[in-house]
Amino acid sequence: MNAEFHLLPADASLNAIQLDRLALCLLLLTGLVALVLLALLTGFAARYRAGSDAARNARSRNTAVEIAWTVTPLLLFLGLYAWGAIDYIALYRPDPAAMQVFVVAKQWMWEAEHRNGRREIGELHLPQGRPVRLVLASQDVIHSFFVPAFRVKQDAVPGRYTSLSFTPSQAGVYHLFCAEYCGTDHAQMMGRVVVLPPADFARWLAEGPTQPGLAARGFALYRQYGCSGCHDAGSVTRAPDLTGLLGRRVHLQDGRELIADEAYVRDSILLPRKDVVAGYAPVMPSFAGQISEEDLLAIIEYIRESGHEQPTNASPVRP
Amino acid sequence: MNSPQMRPQCDLDLQPVQGDASYLSEGYTLRSWLTTHDHKRIAVLYAVSITLFFFLGGVAAAVIRLQLATPNGTLVTPDSYNKLFTAHGIIMVWLFLIPSIPSVLGNFLVPMMIGARDLAFPRLNLASWYLYITGGIIVLWALLAGGVDTGWTFYTPFSTMFSNSHVVLALAGVLVTGFSSILTGLNFIVTVHTMRAPGMGWFRLPLFVWANYATSLILVLATPVLAMTLVLVAIERLFQVGIFDPALGGDPLLFQHLFWFYSHPAVYIMVLPAMGVASEIIPCFSRRPVFGYRFMAYAILAIAVIGFLVWGHHMFVSGQSVYAGTVFSLLSFMVAVPSAIKVFNWTATLYRGWITFPAPMLYALGFVGLFTIGGLTGLFLATLALDVHLSDTYFVVAHFHYIMVGGSVMAYLGGIHFWWPKVTGRLYSEAWGRVAALVIFAGFNLTFFPQYLLGYAGMPRRYHSYPPEFQLLHLLSSAGAVTLAVGYLMPLGYLAWSLRYGRVAPPNPWQATGLEWQTTSPPPTHNFSQPPVVVRGPYAYSP
Repeated sequence: MNAEFHLLPADASLNAIQLDRLALCLLLLTGLVALVLLALLTGFAARYRAGSDAARNARSRNTAVEIAWTVTPLLLFLGLYAWGAIDYIALYRPDPAAMQVFVVAKQWMWEAEHRNGRREIGELHLPQGRPVRLVLASQDVIHSFFVPAFRVKQDAVPGRYTSLSFTPSQAGVYHLFCAEYCGTDHAQMMGRVVVLPPADFARWLAEGPTQPGLAARGFALYRQYGCSGCHDAGSVTRAPDLTGLLGRRVHLQDGRELIADEAYVRDSILLPRKDVVAGYAPVMPSFAGQISEEDLLAIIEYIRESGHEQPTNASPVRP
Repeated sequence: MNSPQMRPQCDLDLQPVQGDASYLSEGYTLRSWLTTHDHKRIAVLYAVSITLFFFLGGVAAAVIRLQLATPNGTLVTPDSYNKLFTAHGIIMVWLFLIPSIPSVLGNFLVPMMIGARDLAFPRLNLASWYLYITGGIIVLWALLAGGVDTGWTFYTPFSTMFSNSHVVLALAGVLVTGFSSILTGLNFIVTVHTMRAPGMGWFRLPLFVWANYATSLILVLATPVLAMTLVLVAIERLFQVGIFDPALGGDPLLFQHLFWFYSHPAVYIMVLPAMGVASEIIPCFSRRPVFGYRFMAYAILAIAVIGFLVWGHHMFVSGQSVYAGTVFSLLSFMVAVPSAIKVFNWTATLYRGWITFPAPMLYALGFVGLFTIGGLTGLFLATLALDVHLSDTYFVVAHFHYIMVGGSVMAYLGGIHFWWPKVTGRLYSEAWGRVAALVIFAGFNLTFFPQYLLGYAGMPRRYHSYPPEFQLLHLLSSAGAVTLAVGYLMPLGYLAWSLRYGRVAPPNPWQATGLEWQTTSPPPTHNFSQPPVVVRGPYAYSP
């Protein structure tokens, strides 16, 4: 019944190896502390049991000793903290060349959409050796994307995008779990992550039902929902130009400025009054409840792609 | 060779005064119990009621472990499974652990340890028991009506907009129980401030009193936040007012911040009193003063204060900012420092002692060991990058059970055995007591140690079925649960037996120094035949 069980899950990403090293260090350190304490507890219990002829009379306070065993753990803890924090920050700093995949969670399944429009349910195919950035969205409640073999986990939260970066290093098939309790079939919300060698992945990505790429679908939606009516150059209503918006610095009416990311575009579609661009009237209607998570991601992808078709200096930031 | 000695905190003449009847003989009718204002009788009311809830929550856990003995168990449906772990969590956290040591042992002992006749507000004390029972009945009602499937954490928007179970009823029960905690906390704070006997300065307080005092501060400051949060959940669920659900314009992470602002300090509500119990038992059976008394008292306060600032470590993968993650991780490491100090000091208390091992001492040493393992594995979870892997897995389940069951329940049982002669006037069977302590210790480790391994291997929590490669460890854990169940039933048997057949207890069977031992067993209604005057600090033992 247990032929496949390994105490450590497979090491299938670059950070898995790093993380196991951290865990091992911590295990050795805490194991040592636990063993020393166990030795002291049992040693004292045996040596100073009632009736033994060991020497008695000791002080019941010793400030120097107490300060020593306060400061020593403190310093060790600071070191552990720094190590863990550095690795954690790295998880959230994606490689600019990372391959982007959109993942939508819903009760009780995982859907992934690649940029060429290939979609999959309950599975996620990834190339070996290439940095990946997942953008996670949830359609209903909170879920959590968890692949033990990659040692990564990130909640998918309704109403916002979260993201996760890692580099699969070993080809193979791995468990994908939902780690955040999400209702009746939480335990059935499992899937498979299939890591393929780059050539196989390219083949996989190209085959399958032909459909327009994610950006192309986004473009169709962009017109269908009437975005182009105002946001395209030369339209009657004056609205900010969206060409190559992602990654651009945006100045807002209330004096704030931000770098446009997926979450910003999403909020601007669903909650247009949240971040009004400086110099524009807040006239855009909200599309909340009218566009599915998958369609939102497609529109965002179209906006991102629009920047690559023309050089960014062709679409200067408006005031 | 010297023989152990001790000097009690006060020099009371232990002559029982004629007509000073024990508090137990104050009345034998149900009515006399349900209308009592005596803190000792209210403690007994609490003891009986939390024991009922403990075994009810335990039954839920037993069914969970049976279901998980096989990868695709069919004992219960997924929905029933979800309702079972929710019931287990709600009952064990709010109806057992939080009231356990404070409301039973604290209620009985805090006034006695400071030399007072009662708590500052006896009627409020009774009211808090009635609130507790009312909350408990509402929770039972929610369970009998069909149960709740949100988990004890009530995460939004699942709990507000998606769950089709009796969420509001369960919330109401928890809310009412929370007010019982607030009243008990308030009562302890006022009592410790105003009712200490002459000579009982702050640094002559037994550490059990310090621990309950610090716990009371948390109860009074944190529980209202829980109450507000639960009301907000109910408002969103009942009236679709957008607070937490993004579809209504709310923010689901806001709920997590509010909930953990209460629920992380709640962990210290559960464990600080346990530390207090261990700090009474270990010096007594080592015949040594507790090592570093002042450090111990300050460590209790430090844990209570820093414990308020670490809630975000439950949210490292929730989508909160990376910056927030780094701050909460640092603070979580800081709160581990005073916990480490306490473990070192308990160990140092044994050094050059005159150590005996009756049942309470076995429980207390078991507490130190299991709390240490729970605390050390907490470091793994405080380490940001590791928590990304371990969060929401069985590693977390194992960690908090080591703290709350291995720590708090062991200490509670240790305390129950230690003060049993004082409370009931009878001695329990020492042999049975020791055997039970060992069975519980073994069963506990067998149940929960495999869960650490399951967690690192990637087994997520709250799954009613799982991939077959995890079965061996689940099976070990289930076997441990059976052992643990036997262990927990044993004290129920021999303690009950001792009530009728146990030997009559002397006033101070352990030769302990605390004021509570300087009066008859069981104590008279007004605790002391004459008001005690405290002449020295606690733990004046010498080997």
